[in-house]
Amino acid sequence: MLRATAFLLVSSAVLAGCGANQSALKPHSRASGQIARLWWVMLAGSGAVLAVVIMLLVVAIARRHAGRDDGGDGRARALVLAGGVAAPILVLSALFALALRTLPATSAPGAGRAKLTVEVVGRQWFWDVHYAGTGAVTANEIHIPAGETVRLLARTADVIHSFWVPELNRKIDMIPGRRNAIVLRADRPGVYRGQCAEFCGLQHAHMALLVYADPPARFRAWLAAQRRKARPPSSRPVRRGREVFLSEGCSGCHAIRGTPADAHVGPDLTHLASRSTIASDTIPNTRGYLGGWILDPQHVKPGNRMPGTDLGGQELGYLLDYLQSLR
Amino acid sequence: MAIDLPIPALRRVRRLDAIWAETPGIVGFFTTVNHKRIGRRYFVTAFAFFVAGGVEALLMRTQLASAENHVLGPKAFDQAFTMHGVTMIFLFVTPMLSGAFGNYLVPLQIGSRDMAFPRMNALSYWTYLASGLFIYSGFFLGDGPSAGWFNYVPLSAKTYSPDLGIDFYNLGLIFLAVSSTVGATNFIVTIFKLRAPGMSLNRMPLFCWAILATSFSLVFALPALTAANVMLELDRKLGFQFFERSRGGDSLLWQHLFWIFGHPDVYIIFIPAIGIVSSIIPTFARRPMVAHNWLAISTVLTAFIGFGVWVHHMFATGLPQITMVFYAAASLVIVVPSGIQVFGWCATLVKGRPELKTPLLFTLGFIVTFVVGGLSGVMFAAIPFDQQVTDTYFVVAHFHYVLFGGAVFPIFAGIHYWYPKVTGRMYGERLGQASFWLFFAGFNLTFFPMHVMGLLGMPRRVYTYPAGMGWDAYNLIATIGAFLLAGSILLVVANLFGSAFVGRVAGPDPWGGETLEWATTSPPPEFNFPVVPTVRSVSPVWDRPDREEDEHRLQRGELVLDAGHETPATTVLDGELDEVLEMPGESWSPLLLALSLSLVFTMLLTSHYIVAAIAVGLGGLALASWHLKEPQDA
Repeated sequence: MLRATAFLLVSSAVLAGCGANQSALKPHSRASGQIARLWWVMLAGSGAVLAVVIMLLVVAIARRHAGRDDGGDGRARALVLAGGVAAPILVLSALFALALRTLPATSAPGAGRAKLTVEVVGRQWFWDVHYAGTGAVTANEIHIPAGETVRLLARTADVIHSFWVPELNRKIDMIPGRRNAIVLRADRPGVYRGQCAEFCGLQHAHMALLVYADPPARFRAWLAAQRRKARPPSSRPVRRGREVFLSEGCSGCHAIRGTPADAHVGPDLTHLASRSTIASDTIPNTRGYLGGWILDPQHVKPGNRMPGTDLGGQELGYLLDYLQSLR
Repeated sequence: MAIDLPIPALRRVRRLDAIWAETPGIVGFFTTVNHKRIGRRYFVTAFAFFVAGGVEALLMRTQLASAENHVLGPKAFDQAFTMHGVTMIFLFVTPMLSGAFGNYLVPLQIGSRDMAFPRMNALSYWTYLASGLFIYSGFFLGDGPSAGWFNYVPLSAKTYSPDLGIDFYNLGLIFLAVSSTVGATNFIVTIFKLRAPGMSLNRMPLFCWAILATSFSLVFALPALTAANVMLELDRKLGFQFFERSRGGDSLLWQHLFWIFGHPDVYIIFIPAIGIVSSIIPTFARRPMVAHNWLAISTVLTAFIGFGVWVHHMFATGLPQITMVFYAAASLVIVVPSGIQVFGWCATLVKGRPELKTPLLFTLGFIVTFVVGGLSGVMFAAIPFDQQVTDTYFVVAHFHYVLFGGAVFPIFAGIHYWYPKVTGRMYGERLGQASFWLFFAGFNLTFFPMHVMGLLGMPRRVYTYPAGMGWDAYNLIATIGAFLLAGSILLVVANLFGSAFVGRVAGPDPWGGETLEWATTSPPPEFNFPVVPTVRSVSPVWDRPDREEDEHRLQRGELVLDAGHETPATTVLDGELDEVLEMPGESWSPLLLALSLSLVFTMLLTSHYIVAAIAVGLGGLALASWHLKEPQDA
């Protein structure tokens, strides 16, 4: 039984110093900070309660060879009342009050209180990202201005997903027919990883996203770039690559604004080359990985909706030239 | 019974033996209605499902032992965690606790000769077995359900899960609900009407209170699940639109219906387990439970409040804040009855002089893990924290502390505690204690790191994860723990199996227990008690004069009921002798009815609706034969 307490103490020490980038205990916003504080308060309280129970059991075991206790049950019943009724009511009322005070910081800002609204649509198995009112569309990467409050709208195009970036806020489910909202705000510039938190089928494990909190000026430049249509091909291989994209079936699922490709089954690729990862933060967005992905996407994410291709080496090269030109 | 009984008493016992004997051999195997035999059968079947669910868990832990592992692909992994949940929740814990422990012990603890409806009891077992095999047949055909045990729509809708897996899940659970409902009803009537004379409700053992509360919960909670399953099956098979948003349905409806069942089910799972704990503690503390009546009332309150907290499973779905606040408050209230129980057990142990035998060790292990699980459970009532860690490994850690800690520890405590009663022999005590420590260490090593994994952001139900997230070491520890835990369970099995042949003969009451099962031989005769015992306290076996009086009454032939296949019925509240009931005997009908139902569900699965209707007719015939009056032979 002592082992459990020891575990608890050791693990809290470990937790405090951990360095992952999807950790609920490394808050980078007021919302996440308040939730983390709530956790540490509850952990301390739980440790105290567990200690009392273990102490009672240790006393019971230590006294097992003592003489018979023939006294009445009065004091024992008092213990049951104090520990089982009075203490929980007091402690839990306090906890309840504290939890309610944390609610506003994690909830969505009222309409109009946020300058920027981002709509994220969960799909099997990637995220569509729309910047409301700007026409900018991207996928799997959300850029926000650091230090500003962003209203995030969450909805789904198929099954239930859950939008969750633990370092910035708690999660919010994406449910068919509903449009949920949550606040997204990062105190400092940085990259924060998020991941789908509601089981959504075969590739639930590979449905991650990155939130880039940029300095406001850089964010605005980024947004301006994303609003633009894809730049026209500037060289022969890139032009050939565009032809491959439009003729080999890619445009049956993907959109590239500024070209005839306008399908919305897969992610919008208008500015694909500006992203750091592909396949929902599963592999890096480099020429090698991108080529491997196009040839055999089922190897990286078995069961995903993208079929493989049998492009020849030259055609694939042109296609990659084109995709990498989409800055 | 003992050889040294006086002649008239011996003659009465012989007569009872003859009246209660069942057909031997293979025919008796299929026609038995004896509660102890059915209980043992439930035990073996539920344990087999426990092993299956455990193997699925080990497969998952092997896959997750390191980042980017390739032991299981996503499809196999999804089926493994779905079947693991379905197996442990539906096919192991409840059948083990109510089906095996409840069936074997309730009639013994209340001094009855069988369950109120012995044939329904047989039906409950056969339908349980058949529905379990039904669900598993999908898995073995490679088409197991793979949308998780809570099977959220629309992932489980035809569009996103076109295979038969979800149909196996839906129809299998509807089928299983027949078994659970029949079993629960039987327990309610048995506990209300078949208690020994003098056992008023306030003198009833806490284990029976637990089974009573659980049975009521089951009867009221299951219809929500069954309704949800029927609706989803109609959506899938016949194009209904209960959950289809684009046509006016709502997928969130599934979540409400599921959790209206699902949360009470948490209590359905662990209430009988704490009943086991409340049986063991007085025996090994050598004194009656402190605040026995409060504990009984807490049991009922827990079951009742358990119906009012389901929304806390849905805090991340974007419900209105006022709704969440209400259910969060209800979730806190339920701590009070659990607190009364925990402190009741602790106070009893402190007042008593506990003997650290294996059953008590498992019980102490239960108290610690259950408190840890309860504390992490309270945290979910803090709404923003719930929304942060729900659907992560923190939840997986929490509910394994509550369900494995809260139910499997007591099950193992109970297995050791009643082993001598069921087999007539003692298990090996030293091996038992060693296996406990391995079990406790393995459990904590497996599940404690999961709290940390969840806080570090690892979602549940992922078949793989990237390296460098800070999750690797915790996952490896959890996997090592899981194999240790499996090893400790093998040790327990070896101990119990070997002791059945070489264990010391136990005698009727090796522990000095307080409840009535210890007043009869080990194992008990078919009719449980040669003379129907009378009860004057919560600890009838510790009332020596009463038990001596039983012997005298056996000699005088008072309340022996050796004229027929009979058991006494008493009044609901005060347990006053009401009438003598004639009990039904063996029958093929329960098995035939279960077989017809299997045919019905198989035909529904394969969309052969006409054959299904014919099978319903066959079931009707089985029911008719069930109610034919059997010839009187005594």
